[in-house]
Amino acid sequence: MKKNPFSLHVDLDDFLPATDAEKEYMVQMRPSTTFFKDGMKRLLRNPVATVSLIVIIVITLASLIIPSFWPYKYDTMLGVTPGRPVDASYNNLAPFQYGKTELKKIEAGEEVFPHVFGTDSAGRDYFIRVVYGTRISLAVGFFASLIVLVIGITMGSIAGYCGGKVDMFIMRVVDIIYSLPDTLMIILFASVMKVTLGPLIENTILNKLGSNMISLFIVFALLYWVSMARQIRGQILSLKEQEYVLAARSTGARAGWIIRKHLIPNCISVIIISTALQIPSAIFTESFLSFLGLGVNAPMPSLGSLASDALNGMSSYPYRLVIPAVTISLVVLSLNLFGDGLRDAFDPKLKS
Amino acid sequence: MNSKTLMYILKRIAMAILTVWIVITVTFFVMHAVPGGPFLAEKAVSEAAQKALEAKYGMDKPLMVQYGTYLKDIVTKFDFGPSIKLRGRQVIDVIMDGMRTSAKLGLYAAAIALVSGIVLGAVAALRRNKFIDKCIMVLTTAFISMPSFIMGSLMLIVFSVKLGWLPANGDSAKGLILPVIALSLSPMANITRLTRSSMLDVLSQDYIRTARAKGVPPVKIIFGHALKNSLIPVITYAGPMLAYIVTGSLVIEQVFAVPGIGRAFVSSITGRDYPLIMGTTIVLALLIVVMNLVSDILYKIVDPRINLE
Repeated sequence: MKKNPFSLHVDLDDFLPATDAEKEYMVQMRPSTTFFKDGMKRLLRNPVATVSLIVIIVITLASLIIPSFWPYKYDTMLGVTPGRPVDASYNNLAPFQYGKTELKKIEAGEEVFPHVFGTDSAGRDYFIRVVYGTRISLAVGFFASLIVLVIGITMGSIAGYCGGKVDMFIMRVVDIIYSLPDTLMIILFASVMKVTLGPLIENTILNKLGSNMISLFIVFALLYWVSMARQIRGQILSLKEQEYVLAARSTGARAGWIIRKHLIPNCISVIIISTALQIPSAIFTESFLSFLGLGVNAPMPSLGSLASDALNGMSSYPYRLVIPAVTISLVVLSLNLFGDGLRDAFDPKLKS
Repeated sequence: MNSKTLMYILKRIAMAILTVWIVITVTFFVMHAVPGGPFLAEKAVSEAAQKALEAKYGMDKPLMVQYGTYLKDIVTKFDFGPSIKLRGRQVIDVIMDGMRTSAKLGLYAAAIALVSGIVLGAVAALRRNKFIDKCIMVLTTAFISMPSFIMGSLMLIVFSVKLGWLPANGDSAKGLILPVIALSLSPMANITRLTRSSMLDVLSQDYIRTARAKGVPPVKIIFGHALKNSLIPVITYAGPMLAYIVTGSLVIEQVFAVPGIGRAFVSSITGRDYPLIMGTTIVLALLIVVMNLVSDILYKIVDPRINLE
């Protein structure tokens, strides 16, 4: 029977069960990948980024683990024993040298743990101070970026999603903060808050953190969220025109839900990249402030304050400056390179 | 220059004035929020002496009146009042004294950074992905990752303490060499990267290919066509570079004991000389804002294609 090409009759041959050969087409050759897995794969294929990631992990773990088993503490002055005059032989020890009482112990056949980097001018083991300072610097970088992240995402997504007057207002504020000379403002705030916050936080849990550290975080919260907010806003402005947002809105989703469930997850690459690049800049700022005497409160060390303390005895003990200097450069360098790698891996469009 | 450009320039100037006003206001109120006033750090003074001091510096008046006078003095006379710790000296005199040395330091550093950055960036772009390009990129990444005070102090150890080639003290002309280099390395690295990427962009443009096809000699292409056009984005870096040099000199002057404005600023912080802190912050902020303004406007005029909105 000749078939009429315009016939609407159903051709039953189209509905036969699939043969095995046809079924083979449908077999998934490899599992589908997620956005995160895909990015990680690209990241690990980049040798520079991988090496920097390893360096960051090693330094972070070392700064977290070493203080728990190291026999010395960062604030113990080894020459000071209660009820006895200060033993000055412990001050300014060269690497692998020992104080008087320790030498006696060694003569008596006891094991004494060496001072790998010697001691500082107050007789504190320098190695553990560097390790602890690295921990503080990393923590400052991490938490400051976290604060910037939270505020930047909130303001940026509100501005981008609401648009209109809200957007106008937030973006004018961003413009103004953006044009302020940030470092000068930081110094100004830090120098004032050092005096103002001190009495306020006494006897609270915050006192342990120190007024300078808190003022540093406040300054970051006030000034550094703007670039993150700008990027998030730009991203959301283009994302909110997508069909899935329209679909969500037409099914009655509220603005907060749409931002949280649809828009922010799609900004994740921008968020990851700018957070990763924020950490080294926070570490930089902290070391800068420490150098000016506005960083962490003594006796707590940070890499910046260790370097600036070492400046005084620089001609006799140059290694005391070189060690924190090399550490801070290594940390910032690997964080920067890792951030660049992240950008290439998670946002190939941005690659320059 | 069309009316749109003019509008942009006017808007940009208004924005800069607003920024400076905000800096002055924030600085003033932040400094006056310090409990006990600026005389807190002084050793115990009698009630009467305290009153007399406050009257002398006009601090017995209401805060808003003080603010009005402060603002008026700055705008009309560029006067920041007397310093508290340096007896008998006006803040503006202290700033101008320091500025003389700091300007020299900053200008040399900026000149070195510009010249060597542009040369290195152009070389890297022309030898893209070759050994020399990779070397330059690694070096610039390292320079960007090192805080300026660390760079300065390491150079101090190597060149003056260990080798003894250059003096560690920045007072003399020879003593300025190390601080200038330490200050210029990071902006140089930034300019190198900027020049490299914009040069690569320009080299792939059609007019370069046309020039090459016409048989224009390579030297003329590089200098006449490519380099000239690839320097336009470098203009935008002038503002940030100045900001970096200003803040960098705060610590570099400390490291090398250069008697400049940065050292005056740092010692005013440690000595809690509030009028001096305020004055220095405002003057430096003014400098940075004006530089940003100039570089933005220049950028717009040099390259009219750029749509700033």
